[in-house]
Order: sequence, then structure tokens, then C-alpha cells
Amino acid sequence: MRLALREMVRRPGRFTVAVGMLTLLAVLLLLLGGLLDGLATGSTGAVRAQEGELLTFSATSRDSFVRSQISADTRAAVDAVPGVRSTSGLGVTLVGARVQGREEFENAAVWGYQGGVRGVPAPPPAGEAWVDRRLEAAGARVGGTLRLGPTAVPVRIRGFVDDTSYLLQAGVWVSPAEWRRVTATVRPDRILPPGSFQVLSVDLASGAAPDSVATAIDRATRDGATGATSTLTKQAAIDAIPGVKSQRGTFTFIINTTLLVAAVVVALFFALLTLERTALYGVLKAIGASSTQIVRGLFVQAVVVAAVALVIGEVLTLGLGAVIPREVPLLLEPGRAVTSAVSVLLAALVGSAISVRRIIRIDPATAIGGGA
Amino acid sequence: MAALELSDVRKVYGTGDNETVALDHADLTVGDTEVVTLLGPSGSGKTTLLSIAGGLLSPTSGSVRVGGHDIEGYSKRQLTAFRREQVGFVFQQVNLVPFLTARENLLIVAELAHDTKEATAHADRLIEELGLAHRRDALPGTMSGGERQRVAVGRALMNSPKLVLVDEPTSALDSKLGAQVMELIVSEVRGRGTAAVIVTHDRRITSYADRTVEITDGRLAADAVTA
Repeated sequence: MRLALREMVRRPGRFTVAVGMLTLLAVLLLLLGGLLDGLATGSTGAVRAQEGELLTFSATSRDSFVRSQISADTRAAVDAVPGVRSTSGLGVTLVGARVQGREEFENAAVWGYQGGVRGVPAPPPAGEAWVDRRLEAAGARVGGTLRLGPTAVPVRIRGFVDDTSYLLQAGVWVSPAEWRRVTATVRPDRILPPGSFQVLSVDLASGAAPDSVATAIDRATRDGATGATSTLTKQAAIDAIPGVKSQRGTFTFIINTTLLVAAVVVALFFALLTLERTALYGVLKAIGASSTQIVRGLFVQAVVVAAVALVIGEVLTLGLGAVIPREVPLLLEPGRAVTSAVSVLLAALVGSAISVRRIIRIDPATAIGGGA
Repeated sequence: MAALELSDVRKVYGTGDNETVALDHADLTVGDTEVVTLLGPSGSGKTTLLSIAGGLLSPTSGSVRVGGHDIEGYSKRQLTAFRREQVGFVFQQVNLVPFLTARENLLIVAELAHDTKEATAHADRLIEELGLAHRRDALPGTMSGGERQRVAVGRALMNSPKLVLVDEPTSALDSKLGAQVMELIVSEVRGRGTAAVIVTHDRRITSYADRTVEITDGRLAADAVTA
């Protein structure tokens, strides 16, 4: 192991190419991960913030908020299902919002809610809203006015809330009445009667099993006159948000492909290095080095190469993150950095392991010229 | 106790029509402080014999005893430990680790054995004795051929071996430097009361040995005392 480290200290130039390539791949991985996290966070915050463990949609909505409609009668039927402690009505309308003093429109998701949203206080009075902090970067200020939709319905910003975006649009949390008012200006065809909501957030009684209660809710509403429902766990509702699953699948595929490329880069690099060192390894074996000692040294070098590349890659990515336009949904989180680091280190180990067989097969007799 | 005893050792490469006998019923005994040159032309089997004596190759048949230990039945792991602890090698191409200093090239032997406690002092002593004190921190690439040979001799002696095996020590050197290297090897080996087998095709260096054994087509000729 000391031998391997000494080689890296004395001959750093030999490892520059591998470190350089792995650094670029690490930057790519961290950016891809950051984009995936940014997209996922920006798309799902409002749903993740629901305190209810289940979300009930109308059966014909294909689990879409904007297509769903739950009547007051259906809600009463849901409330009566054993295991349901309470329900909270939800509705969302996507609008353009203009910050006071600004000309350009920002995308906003106006939520009408009755409570039960983590991090969002109780519904504000008419004419006011809790606004997602994303809009702060666009100039929104507490006490300022936000004008919603084509008729510029004014709401006063009561305060900011965090991580409540939906489909990358800043959450604007208003009372149900205010939401109905805004919806009427954007989608008059989608106005719901009083007492109706798009979706119910269902809070469960202590000890109730979410899956069983979801099944019970849908069974209770299936044959009644109130309208059938489709009840999902919160995670399933997140996955049902348009684009979330395909985004995750696409990014995961690209990330895994990048990791594969990283493993191949390390494999090729150490295969070449091993080939070049065949004579040296033969001599080391002849004077008493075991294959295990040599392989351990190889792994140490692979890990150091990967670790150096990760440190440089992390610094470069943080630098890029600081200058990247705010429209790009990049979210650099420590958890992602750790996951990426572990993945790259594993890829480096797997890649370098390709040379293990060659090392084991090096015959120490080659050091002395073979059977002359 | 003899440093090396080869009894009826055969080494055959290939099978059937492709069979090549590299060593044919070889018998050789080297005393515990004896210096023996093994003289033969290229392809005579002398390197095969050296490799078998050093546990680098296993014989097809016959008995190999080094320092009283039968090694022909050793596993790969046992042979690795045997090479690390019982024998010293001086290779034809010197083969120092290019990114280690002279001192570190000696210490590598102890590091492989995870035994570095007394090794540092031992390495420093050897470096002094070999006249390399001023070059202890030099890398092989900056040393002369003679200095590299001296480091290689020091490395072979680091584990205080019972037997030193030397492969064509003068093949890449001019006659003057070759003579210096041989004097160094023989004086270091004799000074430690260690046995050595020196493989060569150069008849001139046989004068440094206690005894020369000739090898032709894998067969050892009768011993001849030369010193």
C-alpha cells in the first residue's frame, strides 16, 4: 500500500489523465444528480408537503389534480371510512403571476387548501397568500402584491413558505374561496361548486394501515351514488405527477450510464498501467510480494484517483452551480454528493478489479528470464 | 547444513512431441558459505536451475532443499513467503523499483514482510557498507549502472538470506565494471557467511567463486574447484 501511494506522490503525472477524465465524469454526475433533484423537488414539493398520508382523486381523473373532482357527498363517504381521521380539500390552478413592480410573468401554482400542509400556516384571509420562496428571487416581498391570472387578481403576500412548488411552478397558497375566484378567471370551465375540491388529503387514524384504508375508501365510493375514487399513497401521488416518473427514469439511466463509463475509464487506465508494470510486478513477486499485496495497492490507487477526481469535481460543480442561471432547476445537496462519491468510488473499484486476473497470472519467474 | 541441495531434479516444458527437457536429473549441493558459479551457454538450463532453487519455478520431479527446508511441495503462498524470507535475488536487469530511492528499494523487502522495526537501521547499515551513503535518497534513474547494481545487491541481502541467487550479473556491464560488481557481490556474500549461486555465461567471472559447475543441455557437468 505504501508502495502504491509513493508511486502516486513521486509520479503524479502518470495519473493525471485518469484523474482528469474522472473529474469530468464526476462533474457530469453531480450536475445530472443536481438537475434530477432540482426537477423532482420543484415538481413535487406541494404534494410532499401534504400531511395526509393518502390522496383521494376521482376515479376518472387518471390521478391528475386538474382533472379530478371530489364532491361534498364523496367527501362525506370518505370521512366515514374506518381508519380515516380527517380529510382536507385541495385544489390547484396553474397561472401566470406578476410581481409588484415587474412586467414579466412568473409561473405559479395557486393552491386552495383547508390546512394540513407541512410548513404552510393555516389558510390566509381573503386577498392574501402564503407564497413559495421561489418567487422571492423574482422580486416578491412580504407585504407586496402578486397579481394572478389574466385578470390580475391581486393577493397580498403574507409570508414565504419553502419547498411547495408544483410542476416547477411556485406554490401560492390561498383560501378555497380565493382559489375558486382565481380559477374562474383562468379556467371558467373548471370551477367547482362550493364544498367540492379536486383532491382530498386524507389523514389516517393512529395505527391505520395506509394501503388498507386506501382500498377501503375506493370500495366505499365505488358503488355509491357519490362518485368513485382512486386513493393513492403520497409517494404514489408524487409518482403520478406528470413527468416525474419519466424524469427520474431518464436521469437515472443517464447517471448509471455515466457510472458505467467511469468504470470503463478506470478499467482501461489500470489495464494499461498493469500491462506496463508487468515486469515490475514480476520482480516484486520474485522478492516476496503476494498477489494480494499488489492488488491491494492497485485498489488504493484507484480509490485515490477517484477521491481526488471527486474533490476537484465537487469544487467545480459548486462553482458552476453559483453561476448557472436561476431558471435551471439545479439543486446541489450533500446527500447527492455523498451518493455520487460512493458510486464513483465503487465504479473505480469495479473498474480496477478488471486487472486483478492479469496481476494474479503474472509469473514471478519472468523476473529472472524464464526457462533459459 | 547445506544452503542448497538439488537431488535428481528434472524440469520438463510441454508434453508429447513438444516436450523440452530444460533440466535433466540435476544434482547439486552448495555449502552454507559457498559461492558457486553455474556456467553455461544460453538455453543450457542454468536460469531454470536458478529459478527452481529460488522457488520461482517448481520442478517436474526431484527434491529441492534450501537451508534444510524441502520446498518442492510448497504452495504458492508458501513459496512467496519462502522467497521473501529465505533467499535473495540479484536480477540480470537489476530491476529496481524506479520510483523508490536507493534506501526505499532496500526497505521494500521488509515492507513486504510487514517487518520494518529493525529494517531501517539494517538498510542504513547496508547502504553505508555498499558505499551508497551519499546516494541513499537518489532515484534509480539518476544513478550510474554500478550504483544500481550495488543497490540491487543490498536489496538481495536485506532479508539476511541463507542463499543469494545472482542472474548474469555482468552481462550488461563492461569488463571493468563487471569485475567491480563481482568483487562487491562476492565480498558482501562472503562477509556475511552466506552462500551464493551465480549464473553466468562469462567464463572470466568464475575466478571469483569457490567452485564452478558447468551446465549444458540441462545436464550438470562434474564439479570443478576454482578457488
